[in-house]
Order: sequence, then structure tokens, then C-alpha cells
Amino acid sequence: MQRRRLLTTAMVTTALALAGCAGQDADEPAATPASSAAGFPVTVGAVTLEARPEKIVSLSPTATEMLFAIGAGPQVTAVDDQSSYPADAPKSDLSGFKPNAEAIAAKDPDLVVVSNDTENIVAQLGKLSIPAFVAPAATTLEDTYAQLGDLGALTGHRAEAEKTGADMATRIDEIVKSVPARSRPLSYFYELGPDLYSATSKTFIGSIFAKFGMTNVADAADASGSFGGYPQLTQEAVVKANPDMIFLADSKCCQQSAATVTARSGWSTVTAVEKGQIYALDDDIASRWGPRTPDLVQAVADAVGKVPA
Amino acid sequence: MIDAVAPKQRARSAGLRPAWLVAGALAVLVATLAGLAFGSASLPPGGVAAEMLNLIPGVRLESGLTDREVAILMQLRLPRVVLGLLVGAMLALSGAAYQGAFRNPLADPHLLGVAAGAGLGVTAVIVLGAGSTTEVPVGVPMAAFVGAVTAVALTWLLGAAGSRDRTPAALILAGVAVSAFLSAAQTFLLQRHVESLQEVYSWLLGRLATAGWHDVLVILPYALVTGVIVLSRRRELDVLTVGDAEAASLGLHPQRSRYLLIIAASLGTAAAVSVSGLIGFVGIIVPHTIRLLTGPSYRSLLPLSVLFGAAFLTLTDLLARTVAGDAEIPIGVVTAFLGAPFFVLVMRTSRAVPT
Repeated sequence: MQRRRLLTTAMVTTALALAGCAGQDADEPAATPASSAAGFPVTVGAVTLEARPEKIVSLSPTATEMLFAIGAGPQVTAVDDQSSYPADAPKSDLSGFKPNAEAIAAKDPDLVVVSNDTENIVAQLGKLSIPAFVAPAATTLEDTYAQLGDLGALTGHRAEAEKTGADMATRIDEIVKSVPARSRPLSYFYELGPDLYSATSKTFIGSIFAKFGMTNVADAADASGSFGGYPQLTQEAVVKANPDMIFLADSKCCQQSAATVTARSGWSTVTAVEKGQIYALDDDIASRWGPRTPDLVQAVADAVGKVPA
Repeated sequence: MIDAVAPKQRARSAGLRPAWLVAGALAVLVATLAGLAFGSASLPPGGVAAEMLNLIPGVRLESGLTDREVAILMQLRLPRVVLGLLVGAMLALSGAAYQGAFRNPLADPHLLGVAAGAGLGVTAVIVLGAGSTTEVPVGVPMAAFVGAVTAVALTWLLGAAGSRDRTPAALILAGVAVSAFLSAAQTFLLQRHVESLQEVYSWLLGRLATAGWHDVLVILPYALVTGVIVLSRRRELDVLTVGDAEAASLGLHPQRSRYLLIIAASLGTAAAVSVSGLIGFVGIIVPHTIRLLTGPSYRSLLPLSVLFGAAFLTLTDLLARTVAGDAEIPIGVVTAFLGAPFFVLVMRTSRAVPT
């Protein structure tokens, strides 16, 4: 269960706010030259660190993955209760959903990373002189690379962060190139929950599928963007749109599978159901915008590769 | 105000007029047809009509609809319309029954804490893994029922029992307190089990969005039991309105009737809630509008609540699934937009209600 999808389902407005502020720090100037430990003091966005942080608390599963990917793992002393990867991340009962400033302060961190400023946590921590960096949900891969760079600068792992981002980009390009082009674009329905919340092309997830030239059946439900890219579709709309493929990002949270989708009444005429083109994704990987995104791209590529041209 | 001094004669004279019954049946018919005719998929009206006539045994018309259009109509739209009819009928009937049993015009499943209790019950079974809102047909409705009855009992004890001079507001305030408490318990449970959060939320926001024949089959028996019990007691409700002493003098066991009605109404509400999520205010909007139109007798109020409640929710659901094009608006949001102002109206016009 990831906070991003939770927010989407529970409070579409919050997702809208997240999407709205995503990318705001994409153009932060790199303040200092790129020699790791010597790069301090460093300023990224609103956060200035005098020295390399040695006790980092991450309240965002994506940030946790990023920190470990860029070699800042040893500096991380606690992560939130939803950070499930990597396995050796120091999981705690801290909540990124309902962050508790006192509980965070008890870990005596010199940097806190959050994915959004719910409950005014940044200001609360500010009163305790604990720097908090907001790494909001990405809406494009560029946001992800920028966020990796920001975390690299803040933790003294600038070079590794750049390499992680570059490796991601290379791998994604290779995967996308490995899938042959089609004469007719495949359409897909991306399911966030059994209540048919979906993500349009304007979201991070949508941008991944766009790389394969696929068309998103949810786009019509949020043409104006008033649902922040996360509309709840009617069953009729999905069946009518007749997607070629269905991707399930609710296999872990809500036990949805090719079998449960096939069993839904009225869905039997949908091409994806008829032809068995229903793919369960790993909820966690699919709802994070971090270094495992190439695994998601690979999963999509594998699924697309199985569909006869 | 409902009849504080209702003489028996008046209740008797205000029996069910056939004209209103016809109007109610027409409303159901119109709502059903509208519900079938419109949706995010635009289906040719002639084809829809032909498919509907084909449901009559022996009729075999060529509708010209594709297989997919037939699936949309028969597997998605029709069950949703039927479910809306059932849920609306049950919520309106339960609201009317509560109002009679409590002698309180503001009583509504939502405001008595019944919905919150059902919500807590459902959350508990989902969190404990004992039931799933998408599968098991028994665990969730039963948990909703236990939660609903517990909540209404609490509300009653806190707000109405043991005192002769309580105002209608006391019961509703007790309902508010019980709702708040049960919602807090629900939140507490969810915080311990974040992994169930999405499933519970998606249920809370209303499941008519994913309605299928399965849901209809799940609640049909509960709807029948509730309907039979409450409708068969409609005369008793009129007597209860007059007063317990009077009821007893007529050979009625007022408390026993009251318990039975409350339990039946809670069963109906719980079943509705377990498939539809928390849809508020139907139980107050519908019975009150009917009271304004046909008078206070429960003999006409209850059957008409069934008909107009069914029509009302089906039309509300039509609104919820069409105003935003391919996207859904939670139906609870629509009923609250309509119901909250209505509640204030009822509150302001029912000063002299009996307690």
C-alpha cells in the first residue's frame, strides 16, 4: 500500500495538489562542485545543509529507494512504515501519512525527506531546526532524475546520483527500443483499485506507457484535468473503451488478478479480457517514481511483447 | 410536524390513495427507463427498448446492439439500476420506520449512527481478513448489521431511553456522538492496518460504481425481510405515533413493536450500506417529501417511501454516473448535497414534534 495511490483513492484533491507541486524543484541550481564529501555547505530548494547528513529519516518509500540506490543508505537511520524496499532499510513505525514531528525528532535526524508537506510537517520540523526536504511525486521521468540529483547533492553522493539517473535512462531507452513498433497503437486501462480509479496520460505512470505509443482509455474521463489525472471511471466507460490491455496496480492491496477481472460481470467482451491480456504489476514498483522504474518499464514491455502485432 | 395529537380517525382516513400508488409506480418506471437509457456509453434507445422487451418470456426482437453493447446494458447498467432501486427503497423505508419507531422526524439511518456502526463493522471484518467487499456475500452484510444494531442501540440509550421529555434533538445529538465515536474507532483500526485502507475507502465512497448482479443477489433476501416486516407493521406505526399508553390500551406491545421495527430497519440499512457504501439522507428526504404530499399516516407513507425511495436513488445515481462524462462522482456526495439543506428545512419546520 503506497501513499501515492492511497491519496489518489481517498482524496483526489490531495493527489491534485501533489501533481501540481511536482517538479517545482526540477531546476534547482547545483550550488557547489561535484566532489562528494567536500560539497558542503549545500543548498537545494529551501534546504541548506552545512555538513553531510549522517542521520537521515526518510518518510517516503520512493525517497528511501533513491537514497539506497545512490549510496546514501548507510546514512539513513530510519524509514517510514511503508518503505518496503530495499529489504535492509531501517524500517520504523514512523508514518509518512500522518507524520509526527515528535516521533521524528526522537530519531535526532539531521535531514528528513518527505514526499509531501502534509500536516505542515516541514514547518513543525523547522521549529525544531530539523531540515526537511520535500521530494514530491514525479509526473515525468525528468522529475525523477532531478529528484535523484537533489538527494545526491543533499547527501554528498552527487556523482552516484547522476550515474543512477543516467543508468535508469539508458536502461529505459533500451527496453523501449526492444519493443517493435506497431501499426495500430495498443490501448490500455491502468487500474489503481477495484473501484476503477485510474491514471491518465498526464501522470507519471501515463508517461511510461506513452513511451510505448499506447493510448490510455482513462484520458477521456479527465480531459480537463479536473481530477488531477486520477479519475474514477464508470464500468461502462471501461467496457465501452474496450482496451487491448489491462494493467493491475491493485494486485497486492486488493487481491485483483486476471482471474478476478475476467470474472467481473459484463467485462467478457473487452478485448483484454477476451484475449487474456491482463497483467498484474507489482503495486509498490508501479506506485513509486524511483530507481526501480526500469523494472516497471520492463514489465510493461514484456506484456506488450506478448500481444500479437 | 407529524401528528402530535393524531386522532385514530385521521390516520384511518389517510389510508393509501390509489392515485399516489400509481404516481409512485410511474416514478419507478420513469427512473428505471432513464437509468437504462443513459450512461457513459451511448446506446441506441431502440436497441435498449428491444433488449428490455426481450426479457419478457416469448419475446424475441432484433435489437441491433453489438455483443459489447448488450454486455454494457445487461451486465453493467441493468444491475446498477436494479441495485439503486433496492438500496433507495431500503434506505427510505428504514428512515421512515426509524422516524415512526422513535417518534422523531429527524431520524435517519445516517444520523442515528447506523451507517457509522455498519462502517465500523465492515472495516473490522476487512481488517481482520474475515471478509472481502469484493467477494464473500455473507461476512460483510452481517458485520454491517451487527455494527448497525449496536450503533442504534447506543444512540437510543444515550438519547431517548428512560426519559419522557427528551427533544428530537437529543436523539440526533446522541447519534452524532455515537457516529463520531464509531468513526474514530474505525480510523484507529485503519491506522493499525494501512494495507486495508484502500479497500475500506473504496467501499466507503460507494460501491454502486462497480455494481453487478452479484450485489443484487446479496441484498435481495435482506431487502425482502426488511420490506415484509416493516410494511406489515404500518398500522402499528400509526398507533405508536399516538403514544405508548394509547398503544398499550389498544392491545399493542409498544416496546416490542419498536424493537422489531428498529431491528428490521437496521437490517435493511446494513444490507444497503454493505453493497452501496455510506449513502446519507435518503431516509430523511424521501419520507418527508411524501409526508408533505400525502399526510402523516404510515399506512401510505411506508409503501410510498419504497416506491419513491427507489426512484429517487436511481435518478441520483444516474446523475452521479453521467454528469462527469466517463468519470464517477461518489453517489454519497450527490445525496448529501441534496440532503443536508433538506435536513435543515425539516429541522426548522418541525418545532413542535412529539418526543
